[in-house]
This record gives sequence, C-alpha cells and structure tokens, in this order.
Amino acid sequence: MSKKIITTNDWSRRSVLKAGLGTAAVAGAPMFYMKNAYAAEYLNDPGDASSVKFGFNVPQTGAYADEGADELRAYELAVQHLNGEGDGGMLNTMQPSSLKGNGVLGKKVEFVTGDTQTKSDAARASAKRMIEKDGVTMITGGSSSGVAIAVQGLCQEAGVIFMAGLTHSNDTTGKDKRRNGFRHFFNGYMSGQALGPVLEKAYGKERNAYHLTADYTWGWTQEASIKASTESIGWKTGNTVKTPVGAGDFSQYITPVLNSGADTLILNHYGKDMINSLTQAVQFGLRDKQVNGQDFVIVVPLYSRLMAQGAGENVKGIFGSTNWHWSLPDAGSQAFVKSFGQAYGFPPSQAAHTCYVQALLYADACERAGTFMPCEVVKALEDHKFDGMGNGPTEYRGADHQCFKDVLVVKGKDNPSSQFDVLEVVEVTPRAQVEYEPDNEFFAGGDLGPCNNGAA
Amino acid sequence: MDAILLQILNGLDKGGAYALIALGLTLAFGTLGIVNFAHGALFMLGAFCAVSIQSILTLSKKVKDESVTFFDAYKETPYLEIWFPEIGPTIIDWAVPLSILIAIPVMLLIGLAMERGLIRFFYKRTHAEQILVTFGLAIVIQEIIKANFGANPIPTAAPDIVAGSANIGSLVGLSDNIVYPWWRLIYLVFALVVIGGVFAFLQFTTFGMVVRAGMHDRDMVNLLGINVEKRFTIVFGLAAVVAGLAGVMYAPILPPDYHIGMDFLVLSFVVVVVGGMGSLGGAVAAGFLLGILQSFASTNEVKSIIPGIDQIIIYLVAVVILLVRPRGLMGRRGVMED
Repeated sequence: MSKKIITTNDWSRRSVLKAGLGTAAVAGAPMFYMKNAYAAEYLNDPGDASSVKFGFNVPQTGAYADEGADELRAYELAVQHLNGEGDGGMLNTMQPSSLKGNGVLGKKVEFVTGDTQTKSDAARASAKRMIEKDGVTMITGGSSSGVAIAVQGLCQEAGVIFMAGLTHSNDTTGKDKRRNGFRHFFNGYMSGQALGPVLEKAYGKERNAYHLTADYTWGWTQEASIKASTESIGWKTGNTVKTPVGAGDFSQYITPVLNSGADTLILNHYGKDMINSLTQAVQFGLRDKQVNGQDFVIVVPLYSRLMAQGAGENVKGIFGSTNWHWSLPDAGSQAFVKSFGQAYGFPPSQAAHTCYVQALLYADACERAGTFMPCEVVKALEDHKFDGMGNGPTEYRGADHQCFKDVLVVKGKDNPSSQFDVLEVVEVTPRAQVEYEPDNEFFAGGDLGPCNNGAA
Repeated sequence: MDAILLQILNGLDKGGAYALIALGLTLAFGTLGIVNFAHGALFMLGAFCAVSIQSILTLSKKVKDESVTFFDAYKETPYLEIWFPEIGPTIIDWAVPLSILIAIPVMLLIGLAMERGLIRFFYKRTHAEQILVTFGLAIVIQEIIKANFGANPIPTAAPDIVAGSANIGSLVGLSDNIVYPWWRLIYLVFALVVIGGVFAFLQFTTFGMVVRAGMHDRDMVNLLGINVEKRFTIVFGLAAVVAGLAGVMYAPILPPDYHIGMDFLVLSFVVVVVGGMGSLGGAVAAGFLLGILQSFASTNEVKSIIPGIDQIIIYLVAVVILLVRPRGLMGRRGVMED
C-alpha cells in the first residue's frame, strides 16, 4: 500500500510566480489606497477599532477654569461636527477640506479630558495619562505658554501630535518648538508688529513707556517684542519691571510708575493679573494723569474678551491685540459663532476658536495623510494652506509650525451694547505685516528636530 | 521721598488686610485652640457678599439685542433705575458700603454654623487633623463659589464719589505725584477702626473680660460656673465677621474670585506666627510690619540689589524672627508648646 505524503512545501513554479506578482503589486501600491497601511508602526494606532480618541487637556480648575471650560465647549462642538452631528460649523467653510462629517478616516471621534490646572507638572501628568492609559493619538488645549511648552515637550518624547491651545509666547514656536507640536494662535512678536503702527497713529512718536511684565516665558517674550516694536516707532522705554504671576495686589509695582516720568504703561499681564493690574492702575489715577504734556495711556498687548469682562469699565479705550473676535464678519467666523451660540447661548472666546480650529485641522490632516501616524500627519500639516476658518488665508509654516494669518487690533469699547460687546476691532492687520523669517532673533535658538512616531 | 511715602501707604494698606485676617485667625486660635485654614474662605465669602449685593441691586430688565442673531444677547437696564430713576443709580453705586450692613449678620451666621456644625467636633483632635478638616472645608466653599460665580474675577466698584485718587502730596505740601486711591485710604482707616473695636470689645466689656480670662485659663473660668464655650463660639462668629468685613471692603481693590481667600490665608498664617501664636497685638503689629516690608522689597531700587526679594521677603523675615524669638514678636509662653 502506497502512501502519498502531502507537505506544505509543494510550491509549483506557477504558484511562486503568482505569489511574487501579488507581493510586488501590494508593495508597489500607493499607501493611501490601503486602510491601516501603517498598522502597528506608531504609538496608539487605533488599528481596526471603530473609533479614535483625542485628548483635550484644558484648565478645568484654577484661575483659567472659565477659559478652559470655553475650550472644552469648542472641542465638544468640533467632535460633534467631525462625527456629522449638528450644523457642521466650519466644516462648511473650511477650504480645502477632506473632512466628510463621518468621523476621521471612517472612525468615530471620541475624546477624553484632562485638567492642566494651569500648572506645567499637572498638565504633563494628565497628558501622560491620556497618552498611556486612554491611548489618544493627539493632545490639544491649554491656556498658558508655560503649560504649552511643557506638554509639547512631552508629546514629542512620547510620539503623539500636540495641537497647542492658547499660547502666545514666542518660545512655543521659537526656541522650544518641536516637530510634533503645532500652534494656530498668534504670538508676542505678531502682537508687537500689529500694535506698533496703531499706537503710533493714536499716540504719536514721543512716548516714554514703562512695562510691568509677568515673570515667566510669555511675559518675557511679549515684553521684548512690544519693546522692539514701540522703540521702532520712536518711543523710549523707561523701566521694565517683572512682577510675580498671581501677585494679586500690584500697588507696590504701580506706585513707582507715578514718579518715573513715564507717560505710557504697558501691561504684559494676562488673565487675572491683567484684570488686577489694570483695575489698580486706573484706581491710582494713571488714566487721569498728564505727563510730559500728554495724557497718560495704558496698553494691554494681549486681550481676551473673557478677561476684559472681568476688568469692567477699566478697559474702555485701551488698545490691545487678539487672535480672533466673535464679531468678525467672514463666513467661517459666522458659522462658528452660530454653532457655538446656538449650542451654549453666548459667543465663543478666542481660546474656544483656536481650539476648535486646531481640532479640525488635525482631523483634516489625518484624512489627507490617510493615517493617524504622527510623522505623516506632520507632513500633511507642514506648509498647509487653508482658508475659511476666521482669519483669512492662513498657512502652517513648515519651518517652525507657526500659523501665519491676519491679527486683530482691538480697543475697549466705550459704549458696549451687551455684556459680550466689550471689545471693538479697530484694525485687521494683514498677515504680511506680522510675518517674519524663521531665524528672526525673537525666535532663534530652537530646532524642530526629528518627528517621533512613538513606540508601537 | 515721594516713593518712600507711597510705599509706606501701600504697606499700611496691605498690612491692614493682613492684620484683619490674622486678628480673626488669632481670635479663633486663642479661644478655641483651633488652627482654622478655612479663615481665608471667610474673607472670600465677605467679598462675595459685596458681589451678591451688587448682583441683586443690578437685577435688570433684559431687552433682546436684535442685532445679534446667533445667541441671546441682551441690553440690560437695572430695575432699580427703572422704578426709581432718581435714587436707583445712587443705591447701585453704593452697593459695597451697603454690603457691610448685610455682611455682618450673614458672616456671623456662617461663622456660628461653621463652628457648631463642624469645627467643634475637632477641638480634642490634633492640630494636623484640624488643619486637614478646615482646609477641606475651605476647598468645598471655594468650589461652591466657583460653581455659582465662575472662576474669573468679578469687578466690584467703589462708590463714584471715592473712585478717584486723593492728592495727598498737595494736601500736606509735598509733591503733586503723591496720589493715593481714596478707597485704599478708606480701607486703611476702616481696618484701624475694626481692629480698635475688637480690642475695645475684649478690653472694656464684661463679655470680653470673660473671653480674655478663658483664653488665659479656660478650666478656671469653667470652674467659676461660666459657660466659656458658648462665649468662645460667639468669638468665632466675631472672627468670621471681621474676616468678612475685611473681604467686603477689599472687593473694590481686588476684583474678587473664588481663590482670593487662599491668596491671603498663607501670608496671614505667616503674620500670625511672626506676631506670636495667640497674641492679638502681635498679629496686628506683624500684619502692618510685613505689609510695609513687602512693599519696600518690591521697589525697583531694592530689587536691583537683590532680584526676587519681593517674593521671599515675608518668609525671610519669618525665618529670622523665629530664629531670634521662637515664640514670635509678642508670643506667650506655653502656646503650641507641648
């Protein structure tokens, strides 16, 4: 009795040829034709899962909790729009757009939240938890440059994308820039470039400025930027005084201004510090003072509508700059204000706007890249040009991951018609006026470095 | 000279707030032996009394702003102005002084409720446990305020008549540059009056005499048939009123937020320790002393010699004083010394 032995090595010449052709076809096919082409090659790859998770790291407690709550509202709205719910908001105005309202790459968008507490260590801890435990592909949010720089560094090390929230320090896309991090918000240098000509027109060339500056990365870089800008229009800089963050009572820093010979006070403060220092400067009669034959004036280079409401009547007539304002008439802004206003009953803040836009930009980049793999998303975002998101034609410059767009110069409104109507846009400074070379002295010293996909 | 005078005024003003809070802390510690970390929250609640009264007085008729279509924006006119066009605006303008009248009974009730409802259960527990429970209470109160009023500071204006600055320089024949906000001057006078009132109450009334005797030897007063605990409870209420009034009056200086009490509490504890645990006079003296030192340390001249000194001066002085006088400036023997 004979026995036929069957082995798995029975390859015929024909089957070897077929297999070889098949392999060549697969290897040669463009990657974007294939779902999950990059499977298991990067950290937190959602693989075949039906959903993908984003991490919203915002201040939910602490001094910026209201701003954080507004950011979270915007993110929730963005998730709804990405998943095809609601009226679509800026998905209808964003140009170009690969978003279809069916999630991202066919996966439903889910999210987890973290509380930065506006503290770098707490923000890093919550971001780490979201990356390691929740498996997010992207971290976004925040309301402080110190936090943004800390979390950006963490995301770079871990290998996920960081889409910064509200961060205005030059350093975020300057000496501390990272390949995995992107900033849509404008920066201190841009504020200086936008404000300079407006201040010259309003107050002339003969001014002696006194700076009170929050003593951390944002304050330092904004002071340097505004100082350079005002000096370029002929102003002199008297004193530049650093104040502790959260000082509360600024009287001991304001009284020296009275005898300094300065006729202009520049408050490089944000949030609660801005409210307190501005309120107290007005109480000390600075706005009623005459120095060097001119009216004493105050400038707040970075305004926030939420904070301006806190300072009440004291903001009237005071110039500053802002990234975005709900009263802008363009289609993108109006679409976003409509969605947000109908969902929550009040207009969005600039923090809400930048966070909403960042979420959409990330999702769009993933669609265009065909993957959530960080390095491919980085490639899709670098030098990406878009419009219809509230600030005119905008570009994510590849050299430093800074968005370049128009900047708004605003002024505290004299006769507000509602509780939200505290700032008026006095000038939309064109993008060309605030652009700079990547090696500009205010941004020098950093290196994007290589992209990091993280360990799979 | 001008700068020195202005920094002294700043120091006295800030010292007034420290002294008022430290006075209440010391009263609670001296009588009930409780280390009350919720005392800052009482200061904050006082400030929010002013915010609440202002909100009530400015309750408004809302007329929808038809020019805004995406959300509900309203043009608001306070009912008081509609109903009483003559005196309505004046009543609103005087919201903060009016709040003082409301804050006294409100803070007294809060103080009594806090002592009877929670703190009395911790008299016989260790100081560490007292600190934990009162700190927890402070956080709960903060979060309640944040949930109701938000996290952002709320502007609370002083009456228009005292909204500007006093030209002290020209009043006393010095430079015109010596100007100081009226409300801060009023705060300083107010602090001195309240401190004087508390001392007079303890010094010149029978109630005060019993309290002082109880602070000195609680058991002996009890043995004499006097219910000293009841009086101490009232003193705790009094401490809450002092902290609350300090908060009400501070609201126009610093727009209140839920964290304002905690900002003052830490410094006020240093003030109590420097003044001497349980010493009312020490708390007041240390409050003004540290306020003035902090102001001078913030001047550009001092900071150019020792950068950052403004942020550590209070703690530096506390270390030096505790090294030289371990019981603080006016501390009594036996207090917190086991």
